Amino acid sequence: MIAPTPTQQEQAAALQLDAQGNLKHFLTLDGLERSLLTDILDRAEGFLGVARQAVKKVPLCRGKIIANLFFETSTRTRTTFELAAKRLSADVLNLNISTSATAKGETLLDTLRNLEAMHVDMFVVRHADSGAAHFIATHAAAPVAVINAGDGCYSHPTQAMLDMFTIRAHKGGFEGLTVAIIGDVLHSRVARSQITALNTLGVAEVRAIGPSTLVPARSEEALGVRVFHDLRAGLRGVDVIILLRLQHERMDGGFLPSEHEYFHLFGLTDKRLGLAAPDAIVMHPGPINRGVEMDSSVADGERSVILEQVSNGLAVRMAVMSMCIGTQNLWLHAAGQQPPAEVGDV
Amino acid sequence: MSDTSAAAHPISIRGGRIIDPAADIDAVMDLHLAGGAIAGLGEAPAGFDAQQVIDATGLVVCPGLVDVSARLRQPGQEHKATVASETRAAAAAGITTLCCPPDTLPPVDTPAVAQLIRQLAEERGHARVLPAGALTRGLDGEHISEMAALKLAGCPVMSNADRPVRNTRVLRRALEYASTYGLGTFLHPADAYLSEGGMVHEGLVATQLGLPGIPEAAEVLGVARDLALAEQTGARVHFRGLSTARATAMLAEARSRGLPVSADVAAHQLWLTEDAVAGFNADAHLIPPLRTAADRDALRAAVAAGEITAICSDHQPHEPDAKLSPFPQTEPGMSALETLLPLVLGLVRDEVLDLCDAIACVTANPAAILDRPLGRLQPGAVADVCVFDPHARWVVGEDTLVSRGKNTPLRGIELTGRVRWTLLAGRVVHEG
Repeated sequence: MIAPTPTQQEQAAALQLDAQGNLKHFLTLDGLERSLLTDILDRAEGFLGVARQAVKKVPLCRGKIIANLFFETSTRTRTTFELAAKRLSADVLNLNISTSATAKGETLLDTLRNLEAMHVDMFVVRHADSGAAHFIATHAAAPVAVINAGDGCYSHPTQAMLDMFTIRAHKGGFEGLTVAIIGDVLHSRVARSQITALNTLGVAEVRAIGPSTLVPARSEEALGVRVFHDLRAGLRGVDVIILLRLQHERMDGGFLPSEHEYFHLFGLTDKRLGLAAPDAIVMHPGPINRGVEMDSSVADGERSVILEQVSNGLAVRMAVMSMCIGTQNLWLHAAGQQPPAEVGDV
Repeated sequence: MSDTSAAAHPISIRGGRIIDPAADIDAVMDLHLAGGAIAGLGEAPAGFDAQQVIDATGLVVCPGLVDVSARLRQPGQEHKATVASETRAAAAAGITTLCCPPDTLPPVDTPAVAQLIRQLAEERGHARVLPAGALTRGLDGEHISEMAALKLAGCPVMSNADRPVRNTRVLRRALEYASTYGLGTFLHPADAYLSEGGMVHEGLVATQLGLPGIPEAAEVLGVARDLALAEQTGARVHFRGLSTARATAMLAEARSRGLPVSADVAAHQLWLTEDAVAGFNADAHLIPPLRTAADRDALRAAVAAGEITAICSDHQPHEPDAKLSPFPQTEPGMSALETLLPLVLGLVRDEVLDLCDAIACVTANPAAILDRPLGRLQPGAVADVCVFDPHARWVVGEDTLVSRGKNTPLRGIELTGRVRWTLLAGRVVHEG
């Protein structure tokens, strides 16, 4: 009588892709196929060169208005999105919503409608609630594109893709890799997106390492990871180590007894790094808590690719934004509103 | 509305399949109503002069449905719904009696509020409304309410709505005090600390979507504590809205030892699972949350075994804005009056229950839980009758729902079973 609900993956694919499989929104990696993720990485590769040009701009988003809608504060992510938009020649609006509209009681939907009335072409959204980007994409009037810059504990797909970009740059690909993700998986949108990306791109194994309080229910089945509660066992032979940021409010006895005990059991030191594969790389989405998630010597050591991640973030965000704008231009063309100017490859 | 209204003219309902679980009747025959009461079954009583004849050929005629939990949102939340709007929807759903939880604004912790709700319902005359009285003052979980006065004001049971009473000593005293006046108590079993902040079942979907979960243990602990208190105090406890397999097993064990405990389940819990939340579907944001397929199957088994004796709507109508936000900001609950009967009939097709037992779960059994002589068709009983077409199909949608609340995860789904006539105390209150 009641048919099964489409899965999260099926619904996410339907929301994010147009009929031809082009990316309309970038909300989550759920439901996206390997070929599309590879396209994003390849396209980002092409954008790396833009930074080395004398004129650091390409005209792919010229005439478009991109609004950064940050309901949660962020420095790094917002800055790289802004820079990415500018390099694509878009006009950028930065809206710090946490201090304006919603504080006056305006609903998210009303904020959205107001910005639509200003003919914004793309929203880059960060919000404290899981599912906020889905919500905005569901209610945004076509062909407005929505990019998720992090929603609650659910998804942070551009961060995950820049991490994939960094891994591919060092490892040449994903096949056969074993990747360890250490720390607060429970509250981490970055971890959820990374795990989905890694599994979609075909790594051999993703490991989630942490105390039971920080590893969510039924993770092995729900996320596709192998869970370890012992750091040493989990690190053995891994090719990539991803540390997650531990927020201070988790360390007051609610989820962890203390920073001290966490570092003692799960902090990455040079000695523990020795358990991983000899050419293993160390990643962290930032900002780092030195002496909590890892020793400074690891953070600044030769295996650390943390700063590279930041540089790659720009190229990956340019790739995703230009793809969504390209899909938007196809839509506008089909609707007879604009020729498909500057659609295509870099 | 009056149960013995002289204005209710004699009516004969002819040719329907009469199902009266309380009397174990399942037969095609006529039903005669007069003066607001059942006048007879089969042959019309001598001298019966029907002023209206309802042709029920091919239809099922059963007692008017009794729903142990339906929120009407009045007083206090009239922007969501009103007693008038929701009792109208109840009539369309074949529901003639419903019990509304006490979490109105202000709550039903004084006779005045109980009387207001009953009066609003009586003025409209679409359905009989029995407000549950607040177990604690202001539903604060700290001070027991004036239960004797609430009983006199027409409250059939006491309840703290879905707010757990954190203080076990207060709950013990409240149960003892309620039982002093012969009042049953509705309890929503949930450990306050484990359920706090949770939105969905702690499991696969919560982990995938990064939504805060409510673990199974929250309900298990609630049931365990409440059963211990039921045993200690001898009070009549009714578990409102079970959602887990473990809880049904504990209920069955307690009942096998003769404890006077009962339980209901919301109809949607017998169909939907946590999967309905996929896509951040705010209409599937429910408390207690939709759980696993194994839980759903155990709930069905408990209904089939007669451990869970009542199926209710757990109706919670909302204005559209209540669901128009990112999932964590939305209000829980679904509009469910009008899907109750079709979902229960679906259990018959799925061979969970036979038709007579299924009807019992929405008529005589909940009437017993509410301690009212309703939900039956014997001569002399109040003439609350539901006449439905068990084969009629309809699609759940904004246009087809009468309730002000259009918030349901069943939107767009085709259901089977449609109410044709609802009679309240012998008067037609719905014809469709």
